[in-house]
Order: sequence, then structure tokens, then C-alpha cells
Amino acid sequence: MSKLTISPSPHVHSSDSVKRNMYGVLLALLPALGFSLWVFGLDSLRVVLISIVSCVLIEFLVQKFIMKVKTTICDGSAAVTGLILAFNLPSNLDWWIIVVGALFAIGVCKMTFGGLGQNIVNPAIAGRVFLLVSFPAQMTTWPMPHAVDGTTGATPLAMMKEGLKSGQSVSEIMAANGMPSYSDMLLGNMGGSLGEMAAIALIVGLVILLCAKIITWHIPVSILATVFVFAGILNLCDPESYASPLFHLLTGGVLFGAIFMATDYVTSPMAPSGMIIYGVGIGILTVLIRTFGAYPEGVSFAILIMNIVTPLINTYCKPKRFGEVAK
Amino acid sequence: MNVVLITIAVLVVLGLVASVILYFVANKFKVYEDPKIGEVESVLPGANCGGCGFPGCHGLAEALTKADDLSAIGCPVGGAPVMEKVAKILGKEVVASDPKVAVVRCNGSCDNRAHKLEYDGAKSCAIASTHFAGETDCSFGCFGYGDCVEACQFDAISIDEKTGLPVVDEEKCVACGACAKACPKNIIEIRKKGRVVQGTARRVWISCVNKDKGAVAMKACKTSCIGCGKCAKVCKFEAITIENNLAYIDPEKCKACGMCVNECPKKAIHATFTPPAPKPKPAPAPAATEAAKPEEKPAEQTNTSKE
Amino acid sequence: MLKTFKIGGIHPNDNKLSAGSAIQVLPVPQEVTVPVAQHIGAPAKPVVAVGDTVKVGQLLAEAGGFVSANVHSPVSGKVKKIEDFIDGNGYRKTGIIITVEGDEWVETIDRSIGIKREITLAPADIIKKIGEMGLVGMGGATFPTHVKLAVPPGKKCEALIINGVECEPYLTSDHRLMLEKGEEVLIGVKILMTALGVHNAYIGIENNKKDAIEYLTKLAASYPGITVQPLKMRYPQGGEKQLIDACIGRQIPSGKLPIDVGAVVQNVGTAYAVYEAVQKNKPLIERVVCVTGKPLQKPSNFLVRIGTPVQAVIDAAGGVPENCGKVIGGGPMMGRAFTRLDVPVIKGTSGILLMSEEESKRGEMSPCIRCAKCVSVCPMGLEPFLISKVSMKGDWEMAEENHIMDCIECGSCNYTCPSNRPLLDYIRLGKGKVGGILRARAAAKKAAEEAAAAEKK
Repeated sequence: MSKLTISPSPHVHSSDSVKRNMYGVLLALLPALGFSLWVFGLDSLRVVLISIVSCVLIEFLVQKFIMKVKTTICDGSAAVTGLILAFNLPSNLDWWIIVVGALFAIGVCKMTFGGLGQNIVNPAIAGRVFLLVSFPAQMTTWPMPHAVDGTTGATPLAMMKEGLKSGQSVSEIMAANGMPSYSDMLLGNMGGSLGEMAAIALIVGLVILLCAKIITWHIPVSILATVFVFAGILNLCDPESYASPLFHLLTGGVLFGAIFMATDYVTSPMAPSGMIIYGVGIGILTVLIRTFGAYPEGVSFAILIMNIVTPLINTYCKPKRFGEVAK
Repeated sequence: MNVVLITIAVLVVLGLVASVILYFVANKFKVYEDPKIGEVESVLPGANCGGCGFPGCHGLAEALTKADDLSAIGCPVGGAPVMEKVAKILGKEVVASDPKVAVVRCNGSCDNRAHKLEYDGAKSCAIASTHFAGETDCSFGCFGYGDCVEACQFDAISIDEKTGLPVVDEEKCVACGACAKACPKNIIEIRKKGRVVQGTARRVWISCVNKDKGAVAMKACKTSCIGCGKCAKVCKFEAITIENNLAYIDPEKCKACGMCVNECPKKAIHATFTPPAPKPKPAPAPAATEAAKPEEKPAEQTNTSKE
Repeated sequence: MLKTFKIGGIHPNDNKLSAGSAIQVLPVPQEVTVPVAQHIGAPAKPVVAVGDTVKVGQLLAEAGGFVSANVHSPVSGKVKKIEDFIDGNGYRKTGIIITVEGDEWVETIDRSIGIKREITLAPADIIKKIGEMGLVGMGGATFPTHVKLAVPPGKKCEALIINGVECEPYLTSDHRLMLEKGEEVLIGVKILMTALGVHNAYIGIENNKKDAIEYLTKLAASYPGITVQPLKMRYPQGGEKQLIDACIGRQIPSGKLPIDVGAVVQNVGTAYAVYEAVQKNKPLIERVVCVTGKPLQKPSNFLVRIGTPVQAVIDAAGGVPENCGKVIGGGPMMGRAFTRLDVPVIKGTSGILLMSEEESKRGEMSPCIRCAKCVSVCPMGLEPFLISKVSMKGDWEMAEENHIMDCIECGSCNYTCPSNRPLLDYIRLGKGKVGGILRARAAAKKAAEEAAAAEKK
């Protein structure tokens, strides 16, 4: 017998680790990645690789030369940020724009605050929004699915926005040439960024995350339900000026955002009640921005805004305590 | 032109309204405070270390202003120069106090105490002390997990990597006592710096807090105090007392002559200077007597305990 | 229909290695060390002197206060020393050291094998007897039983809940006791019911002990009022508050006691000790100790005299293995690691768990990723990440505001943290500090009231 070890209880630990959670998210993103490879071909692989490599590299360099601490790139969090950022980009984006996005995401939004666990906004979304406002033209030119000749087009959301602006009614827009059908949307047969293509692949990812207990149902379900209900109310009021709730759910980044971006541990609330408030907030803001705002898509902005509200939610939303008497 | 005028007018009105509101609010929540408190606070160091025993410099300034004389309280950080300024403001007299310093009373380095256990928990002495007495056989000695280092606002204390014990930087230490408060084993003591001779402040202290009986203390650490009482016998100023098998040197009585330092069979008495050589002993071979002594002492100890 | 508690909880691997091993009687050692403080509350005061000859069951030390318990001699022999010994934490505690000579019992103890079913004593006498016999909670908390049974005036006990959950992984002593001494346990429960004047008792047993549930349900048929309640496997179901919630669906509000919701909780081990004390006149001088662990050769359950060195118990189970890195008194979730093995088994030692070197080290700590898993597993509905952080920073006010004192120290947060953060280490530190502040505040308030009252006069 060697030296006895003394440590405070408990003396056992679950096998859970940061790595397991981060690699679990990567695994859950694989179906969507596979789908984007099939739709956009090697172009998407190029975007994904550049994004991941630059995110990991930037984290490594910052930790090595600026913070001078032990590097944590192996925990997988930088790779997750890289992959999520890539999924928010069009497949024909120039490589240097991707690197700039990664630099902003990791360098500015994560490491400035002290690295993993300290950032106040989701780095990937911040990177995406930064690129969107800096390079609006490049960021909204979407290659069409399976396009060999490099044709580009608009996303269904952009078509809807333009159509409504020019005075068309919803039914006219939905019937217009180039607007995908609902089944096309479900299967990802439309223009858009890498990750927001096939609803089915994303839902498979959600199932993986829930089964592995990486996330709880609160955030994704509350976002999706709110988008559906709020868009549904608007649609019932005037079906000709407001798109149907199903259209809102299946297009753009609602599913991807609800499942992979809003559920980021660091920037989402901790108590179940807080998670639901956060989800409802994202849902309402998304529909508001899409319907009344200048941009056709609002998920990123909605999540970013709610990220900033999270500390406030954490202060006021506490978990239900044992034996607490309802007031 | 109109736009400019309206803008200016609106801003002026807004400013006026705001200032009126501010005026009433400030009046409503006004707290009278002796202006001297502010003056005193401005000459204090402003580190809010709490070394004086009051909550921050403002607390001390309040106490100083209210106090009848300045003998009992004072800023340990600023010392005499700051207290002089304070006295000037308050029109009171300064009472000079001896400069003090934090002293670590444990010499249980890795070489002196064999580590028989391994601690694997949060690196905090306070937490460790609620779970066990220490990695060695000495249940009184230093853990070395650095609660004192955390507590020090002046970067004056650090853990020596070789010995695993805290070391006080005399230049930086202001004797605020934060480390002594943080130590769960009460190893750190704030003692007089001592009389300065040739540039060094002379002081002598027992570098051990082990209250075990001699035999047990002997086994636990190479340099533990076994309470043999030799130092007390040799002291001409009655500065050393033995209580609970542990010697203590009263800093008020100690003249730092250093007679006791070499008398200690366990080398548990430390001094900041080279003490005088011990009086010549009958036995000429010092190594042999040194080795023989430790065994003598515990025997005496067990005898007394049986009586 | 399995019940369980409502908030939080974890599902650690239960590793009941010694569940199949029957209780064996461990031989009496040559020397025992009987600490005078084996319970919560004031230490007992020795009533024997060095050199005295004592018999098994003779009073060694009497209760030193209201919350305190008698200590009896577990062996017969001569009192060798009454002095400080080093306890399992490395600190000094007073103990009575007895050299064993023969095995002579006090005459009043009924050593016959037969089961005595009739309850003859009145409630008050039962509680008095339990106090005399030095009974304490056998689950590990060691709260004096007679104090717990004394229902304060104005409060009424409506249900007795017997804790046969044994939710700590590895431990099996309660499980074996229920299987082998089921009848005695039930009579013990009946005695407790008489003492408390209640008509309902629930024995909560987790579903991983199907044989015990089956056996006790069968026996309980002839004991009206006693219900065996199977529970879902979930940690910390054996916590007093969680068990009451699981069995009768009542939650104790913050700062209140079980009796405030009309419940009293006792361990099955205590029920068995009550049977022995009341029916057989036998003080608490031995207990079932489960010796277990993956590196151990023969995980087993022993009936051990109090004061037996831990080393002797481990030796009987195959000895300390070469790769042993940690020895724990109690279970892996709430037990305390021993600093040495020559320390005695005491009234609260429900198990001795050995861990290999690899098992005994914590994983590397990384920053908090705010995953909120600690929040979701906390059975008290607290925010461990938050109270741990404020304790680390020394913000006791914030810690108090966030109900740090509600923490039951079950360790679920530490267990589940993906970043391996020592959450509970800091929460425990904070609990100690905030508890001190609360006591000081209460004392100051009391002093102020007294001063005000004196002024009025």
C-alpha cells in the first residue's frame, strides 16, 4: 500500500467531462454536415475545414502567446465554435472572410473574456453577425443546391421579404417560381447557409443531444413552440401578409439556432424557468425581426440579444427549491 | 435654423428638470458626515486591506475621528508617517508603536516531516483542515496550500517550493494580520520586528506550534518543539514559558540576546541574526551530544506524564 | 408502483459487491479504543477509571448533555488508558482503551436466541431505555435516538419512516440486516411506533434490493400499520428530507425539522438496535459493518464490536490490497477518508470502502462551462455553481441569500460536474462560515433582547 489519499467526499465521479459534451455536440452536428456535403459538395467541406482550423489555431495562439496559459484546444470547444460558424456561412465564401469571422469569434468574443466559460455571447453567432454587417453582399449570396454552374439565389425568407415589400400577397409568393415546397424545405432542397438546410438532419442532431443528456429540452422546445405560436397568431390575423408558422419553422436558421446555437452552455440561463424565458424571448424576437425588421432572418440577432439578457435572467430565475412554499 | 433652436431649448429644459430632481433627491438622501473623516481618509493608503481591524480605510477614518486618543488604533500599512499626518488633521498626538511583522511558526519542510498522506481536494487550508489534520504525522503544522498567500494584499508572503512553507518578505509585509487570520492552524503570528542592529531587525521565536507530548512531537517532525524547557532555563529575562508541551517567547520581554537559539536540542528556535556561540560544554564532541539529547528529552516527558 | 423524491438526484453505479455475503461475527480483538464522542452533541463523560475491570455492556461513559449518548463497554477486560488517541481525521480525541480479557457479559443482557415479540414497556419507558442503552442513528449521522424520539410539545408525529434505502453505492450492511434480521427489525419498528404513538410506519427500500422488499413485505403482513414502500433507485434517496418526500410526499421547508411535517425518520439499523435494547436489554456495543471495494479480495459484512481497529476488519476481508489508494469510512458519496487504519470502528461506521489508486484521484479540474448540470441534479433545488463560487470568494452574505444552509452535502453536484470542479468542498467551507455568522447573529439578538428585558425591569 502506498500513501493513502485524503479528499473531501464525494469519492466517485460520473464519467461526464467537458470533452464528452463538446465532442457530443460535434457528433450531433455530423448528420447536418453530411447533408451539406451532399448538397454543396466539396465547397462546404472547404468552408468547414477553414473555419474549424482557424478557430482552433487562433485559440491556440492566443493562449500560447498572449494569455500564456496551458492550451485547452483539445477540449473541443473551439472546434464546436468553428463548425457552428461554418454552418452559418454560405458555401462560396472567400477563405479570408471565414478567417476574419473566426478571428472575431474566438479572438474577440471568447478569449478576450478569459476563454471557455467566461464569454458573454455565443462566439459563433457573434462571428456570423460580425461578418453579416461587414460583408453583407458576400454573406447573402447563396449558392443553390446541387448547382454545378455556380448559380446563386435567394433564401425562401429573402424571397418572402422582397415579395411582401413589393406588395405581393403570401399565397402569390409561395406559388412563385423558385419558392421551395414544404417537403423541399424539410429535405433541404433550397438556398441557404450550410447548416440550415435539412430540417430532418437537424432533428436527428437534437435527438442525439437529448439522448446523450448534453442538453435539456427546455431551450429548443420553448423556442420552436414560441416561433410556431407567435407566427401562427400573426398568420391567423392576416394570412395574406404574414407567412404560415410552418414556413417560419422550416426556413432559415430557426431549427439550427434552437438546437445548436441557443443551447450553448455558457451563454444560456441555468435554471429551467430561466431557460424557458430565454427560449420564449428568442422565439418572439426572431419572428419580430423576420416580420417587421430590415433583415429577412433574425435568429442570430435574437440569440445574441437574449445572450446579453442571460445574466439578468440568472439573477431572477432561480430553480424551485426543496420545500419552498408557493407564494 | 429652427431645428437647432428647438434642440437647444429641449436640452436646456431637460437639463433644468434633471437638476431640480437631483437637487431634491440629494437633499432627501443626505447623510451628515464629519468632514474630517474625508480628510483623514484621503491621507490613508486606500488599499482597504482591513489590517487595522476596521472595514476598509473609511471605517478606520471614522474610528480615528471619533477616538479620544490614537494609541489603540492606527494604520499598520502606512505606519508612523501616515499616522503623523492623521494626527495633524485631527489635532491629536501620535503615539509611536513598534513596527511589527508576520512570523511563520512552523519549520516542517518536506525534509523535516515525512509526508504519509496525499491530499486531493480543493487547494485550500481552510477546507483541508475540516477533513484531516495534515499530510504528515504532525497535526499542528503548516498545510502549505497557501491560504495566507491568497489573503495577503501586499504580495508579501509566498510558498517556498522547496520547503512547502510560507515565506514572509519583510520589506513588503505591513503586519496587517490578514494571513494570521486566514491560517486555520494559527501558525502565523504578528510579532515585533525587533531592535535593529547593523541593518537587521533582531528577533527570536519558536518556529513550532506542536502541542503534542515530547515523544509524539519528536517522531512527527525533525524540528518540533518537544517542550523540554532548556530554553526557558537559559533565558535571563524570563521571556520563555512552556505551556502544553510548547515553548513560547514573549516578544515584549525578549531582548533578542539569542542565548536560547543554540540551546534548543531540536533547532526549533529561529533568529534573524547569528546568535552567540553556546557556552562551552564538558563534552568536547558536539555531534555526539547533539544526537544524544533528543532521546533524553522524551524520556523525561513520559516520566512527568505518568506522575 | 415505485415512488421517489421530486427534485434532482443522480444515478451512480451501485456496485453492491458484498450484497450476497451473509453477516459474519468478527472475533473480539485484543484491545479496543472506545471514543467518548461517537455521536453528534456533547462528548460522554467517563465513569470508569484506569485499572478498572469492566464487563461487556457495562457503562463506560455517561451522556454529557441533553444531546449526547451513553457509551458502553463492547468487551470485557481492564481499562488500560483514558487518554487522547488520533482519530480517523488525524486529530486528537479522548478514548477509553481497554485490554480484552475473556468475554464476560453483564448479567442483565438477555443473550438467548429466541425472538421476543411482546412489547411490555410504556412509551416513556421505551424512550428512557433507548437513552440508557446509548442508541444513536446508525445510518452514519449518529444523532442520539432518544432525543429524536422526544416529540416537542405542540407537535404531532403522524408517520414513522424507516430508512432501508441504503442509496450509497457499495454499502450493504442495512440490506443484509433486513434479510437476516427482518423479524427483529419489524419488532423494532413496532417499538418505535409505540414510543411515538403513531399508527403508520413506512419502510422505504430501493428497488435494487428486491429480495429485501419481498421478504419484509411478507413479514409485514402480520404487523398491521407497517408498510414496505419500494422506491426507485436514485441518490440521495436516503437523505432524511428526500426520503420523507418519497414516502409520504411532504417536503420539509427550509430550516425546519421532519417533525414539522409530522414525520420521524429512523434507520433500519437503528430499528434493530432498538429491538435489542428494549427487548433484550442490550446496549449498542456492536454493529454491522460492510467492508467492500473493488480492490478488496473478499467484500463482506461483519458484526463488529465498537472499538475494533479498522485494520482488523479489513484484514478479515482479505487484508489491505497492494494497490489500495484510499480507505473511506462510510460510502463513496458522503464518507470520510481515513488518514490511518489503526482507528476504531464507532457507532456510525456503516461501511469501510477501499479504493484502488486510480479510483482515488480526482480528475483534472477545468473552468466552469455553466452547463447547469449541478443545478439539475441538486436535490435541494439550489445552484451549486453559484454558492460554491461565492464561498470561494468569501462573499458570505450572498451565500446566505442563496440558501447555502439548505445544502445537505450529498455530493451530487461534485459527482456530476463535467469540469471536475470541487463544488462541494467550497460549499462546505461556506456552510461552516455562514453557520458561524448565523449563530453569532442569534446570540447577539438574544443578548439584545435580554438587555432590553433587564432594562424594562
